[in-house]
Amino acid sequence: MGKTGKQSWTYNNPVYIQSSGTAVGPLESQGPLKDTFDRMYDKLHCDEDNWELAERRLMFDAVHTCLQKAGVDERNIDLFLAGDLLNQNVTGNYVARQLGIPLLGMFGACSTSMETLATGAALVEAGYAAHALVAVSSHNATAERQFRYPTEYGGQKPKTATFTVTGSGAALISKEPSPVRIEGATIGRVMDYHIKDPFDMGSAMAPAAWDTIKTHLQDFARVPSDYDVIATGDLSAVGTPILRDLMKQDNIDISMVHKDCGLMIYHSDQPVFSGGSGCACSAVVTYGKLLNDLKDGVYKRILVVATGALMSPMMIQQKESIPGIAHAVVLTSEEDAQ
Amino acid sequence: MAKQKLNEQNFEKATKEYQPKPPYLMNMLKAFIVGGIICVLGELLSEMYIHWFDFKEENAGNPTVATLIFFSALATGLGVYDRLGQFAGAGSAVPVTGFANSVTSAALEHKSEGFVLGVATNLFKLAGSVIVFGVVSAYLLGILRYVCTQLF
Repeated sequence: MGKTGKQSWTYNNPVYIQSSGTAVGPLESQGPLKDTFDRMYDKLHCDEDNWELAERRLMFDAVHTCLQKAGVDERNIDLFLAGDLLNQNVTGNYVARQLGIPLLGMFGACSTSMETLATGAALVEAGYAAHALVAVSSHNATAERQFRYPTEYGGQKPKTATFTVTGSGAALISKEPSPVRIEGATIGRVMDYHIKDPFDMGSAMAPAAWDTIKTHLQDFARVPSDYDVIATGDLSAVGTPILRDLMKQDNIDISMVHKDCGLMIYHSDQPVFSGGSGCACSAVVTYGKLLNDLKDGVYKRILVVATGALMSPMMIQQKESIPGIAHAVVLTSEEDAQ
Repeated sequence: MAKQKLNEQNFEKATKEYQPKPPYLMNMLKAFIVGGIICVLGELLSEMYIHWFDFKEENAGNPTVATLIFFSALATGLGVYDRLGQFAGAGSAVPVTGFANSVTSAALEHKSEGFVLGVATNLFKLAGSVIVFGVVSAYLLGILRYVCTQLF
């Protein structure tokens, strides 16, 4: 049985992340994780004519780097699971158009990174695909223009706002023994604690992260110290303490192992308000820094909890609140593999 | 524990203490200074048009506003105005330069969708509501004034 507890999956037949690829924009290239990215652009335009093409370029780069590292031709990939933040998932769709790999487009806002990874791993584990490629992307300017205002608009943002990460992360899943194993996953519920401020997504997503982590620990009968790191996607400086306090109320202390990708990706003096957000935030940190640390044996077992604010500008205008979701994936270091 | 227990009912209120407070006083000061500087600039331009060019005090406003709009649009295109906006807030949003920025930024943003459906359609995406309320309130006040002058 793959199903574990209430909302979790265990991949009984070992599945692995065979390789990964990341591409990022200018601000991320100046951040503390700059040495962990494969491809970096020093201009937000990424040498393209418009923002959407720039985002597509990032996903292409991530996918190609990933396949190149694994030495696998794209014709041998059975499934491509991709998602981004744009309407109709255009980045994933148009990249898939060029790749020619059967596509499952997915949307879970910024949680799509772990949504694609968990689903891809399940399909590989069950034998529906030998090689599944997963990729997500986000771009600061495409997100600004879709969810907020034109990029050059001079509106003032509050400090609770987050800064959409420009980048893309891709990973190749297969049963071929590799240093990083995908052990299990917990699929999150939609949680809405009535936050309506689109410039405060950290608060809106914290309950979703709390619910998923709590359920995950119950489902697997584990405690936070079973993990070297519990990394949330993009709760930022606002959502991080809220999550820790929510956990504390249930007598679960995660503060020793908890990190937030949105805080890891930028220096605190970079102009990013309360931290990074976007699909790419958890993806480039996980597929870069966290995988490196697993491969190097720095970490034995980590939990990545990608958080997503299921925010729609139209729903906000209709006075709806912002629902949140969080999906968690367990990654372990396999020293004896290879 | 000074903090109250978080739950679904009190979440929106209780999380307020986790969110950094907007520095209201500092924001007002910055807005006052930057907004003031823009207005002084306008005054100087207007004086310039009166003294050096052949404008009267009644019509010097027109070239002044046009000049401010030009420089605001230029600053938007150069990617400077949004940074000023983040610093100054209302100080750079309220003057005519803020209006120009909202129009220019929308035009820039939608250039990729073509000139008709992109630029032209979206030009007043942000400024449109200002125009609507401006025209409607001017119309209503105009009627009110007309009625008052006829009555008294």
